[in-house]
Amino acid sequence: MRRMLQLRRNATNLLAQSLAVAATAFGLFWLAWIVWTTLRMGLHALTPALFTQMTPPPGEGGGMLNAFFGSALISLLGIAMGAPIGVLAGTFLAEYAQTPWSARIGAIIRFVNDILLSAPSIVLGLFVYTLVVAPSGHFSALAGAIALGFIVLPVVVRMTDEMLRLVPAQMREAALSLGVPQSKVVLQVLYRASLPGIVTGILLALARISGETAPLLFTALNNQYWSADINAPMANVPVVIFQFAMSPYEQWHALAWAGALVLTLFVLGVSLVARVFVARGHFTHD
Amino acid sequence: MAISTTLAAPRTKTAAIGDRGFRWLVTIAGAFVLLALGAAALSMLWGGRAAFAKFGPAFLWSGAWDPIGQQFGALVPIYGTLVTALIAMLIAVPVSFGIAMFLTEVAPRWLRAPIGGAIELLAGIPSIIYGMWGLFVLVPVLAGHVYPWIDAHLGQWPLVGVLFAGPPLGLGMLTAGLVLAIMVIPFIASVMREVFRTVPGRLKESAYALGSTRWEVVWDVVLPYTRSAVIGGIFLGLGRALGETMAVTFVLGNAHDLTASLLMPGNSIAATIANEFAEADSAMYRSSLIALGFVLFLVTFVVLAIARLMLHRLARREGR
Repeated sequence: MRRMLQLRRNATNLLAQSLAVAATAFGLFWLAWIVWTTLRMGLHALTPALFTQMTPPPGEGGGMLNAFFGSALISLLGIAMGAPIGVLAGTFLAEYAQTPWSARIGAIIRFVNDILLSAPSIVLGLFVYTLVVAPSGHFSALAGAIALGFIVLPVVVRMTDEMLRLVPAQMREAALSLGVPQSKVVLQVLYRASLPGIVTGILLALARISGETAPLLFTALNNQYWSADINAPMANVPVVIFQFAMSPYEQWHALAWAGALVLTLFVLGVSLVARVFVARGHFTHD
Repeated sequence: MAISTTLAAPRTKTAAIGDRGFRWLVTIAGAFVLLALGAAALSMLWGGRAAFAKFGPAFLWSGAWDPIGQQFGALVPIYGTLVTALIAMLIAVPVSFGIAMFLTEVAPRWLRAPIGGAIELLAGIPSIIYGMWGLFVLVPVLAGHVYPWIDAHLGQWPLVGVLFAGPPLGLGMLTAGLVLAIMVIPFIASVMREVFRTVPGRLKESAYALGSTRWEVVWDVVLPYTRSAVIGGIFLGLGRALGETMAVTFVLGNAHDLTASLLMPGNSIAATIANEFAEADSAMYRSSLIALGFVLFLVTFVVLAIARLMLHRLARREGR
């Protein structure tokens, strides 16, 4: 009897462990397949023209120079709008929401921020459409940047909040005991101590918005030509990839894959750099 | 951590003004976060008011989608959103659990960091790449090799057969669910791995000392200890699956038909908005799409709120 039980338990254990290995293999299988496809198709279509020419008319070859420029501009504007507010809001949560009353508000803000963090990005696109595009009557790069700013905001809030709370209390106490006012403590001591973490938050936000397509579809829209006017529609990599991939033209498909490869490498590269910053940040805290 | 206000009071008047100014600045920034979410909800309610006023609550269960006749209902997109997310969760939850178990209990230590990193790499890939890969690589494979077999075998079964019968187009609900599953696996797996790591070593060691197998430790010790956070992680993945746009738009087929078969093209809320918004030519059409966005917002808000509350529960017990 006992022997049977032992056998059954061991068999269950073996089965469960095999299934766990199989599940991991399943996950890695898709990763390998997707990365391999992107590399193969992207490298095949990668030409110098990608970085020197404009997006072509249907059925012709060309590049994505205008889209790269547009994406860089829209993303940087999005960071420029979302990151400062995010850092300040994170500072409020970590340093100023301390009285019983404001701590409760702080808890609500954290909760709302976490929801904003995983809210569907297409919803933010619609929000900015009704907020900016509909009243102004035209699509614009600025509207796209605002939509991306709303995606940057919660990422930076969360990271700043967490990083400031990691700063040892002794640092605050040391500065305060010298008679430094709280704003100076934050600006000159705490920000300096948690700078690597805050930069990481901003880099992670950049990695996230570089690939965002949905919020740009009806804010920045797209533009076949070079444009640096932030009050007009502007080409950007994700929307160009979307449009080209959904088209029936072979050349457009090839360009879409080349763009997809560059986009993926950029996003993964930025997240890698962000991780290095985190590692360094932890090192200095210890 | 808290700094008492009297201790931190600045000495000179100008410094006092600067200090108070900074306090106001960060408070306003904090309030802005609250405002952003509220404004997002209100603006979509405002943008969709024409559709809500014209169709009333029937908007939610009307199957009509006729841009020429100006009749709109959300039934087909809502159905597609729920079905694709359900398929995704059916695949992703057990797989993520297996990955988390592998990464915390089964794998040799030297293997844990690289595989964990690779799974998180999967989370970093932009969703449009998943969509393109789905359309150009996965769809032909499914249409050529997998769906004909499913149609011929599972399609003949009583009761469930109707779900799996249909022409092997490759595009459709099942494909979208599969791509969504691949997308949310890294999210759920990494949340589960993080919470599994919070289980105190002495609990697991006690169980091992009593002769438990690894599976018994995971199922009877780790899982009960982390249950609320595991559910939170699952809901986090669900929130993502419900609102995901690009990956689904590529492979769902964009058809406004209500069909029982999972092999047939359908539509989801996010895909409908992404496909049609820029081309919506009438005010009512546009308003209906924004109203759809509002419905999506409400659903994901509830799902994400549950996720966060569940995750908080474990964090609170941990004393964090």
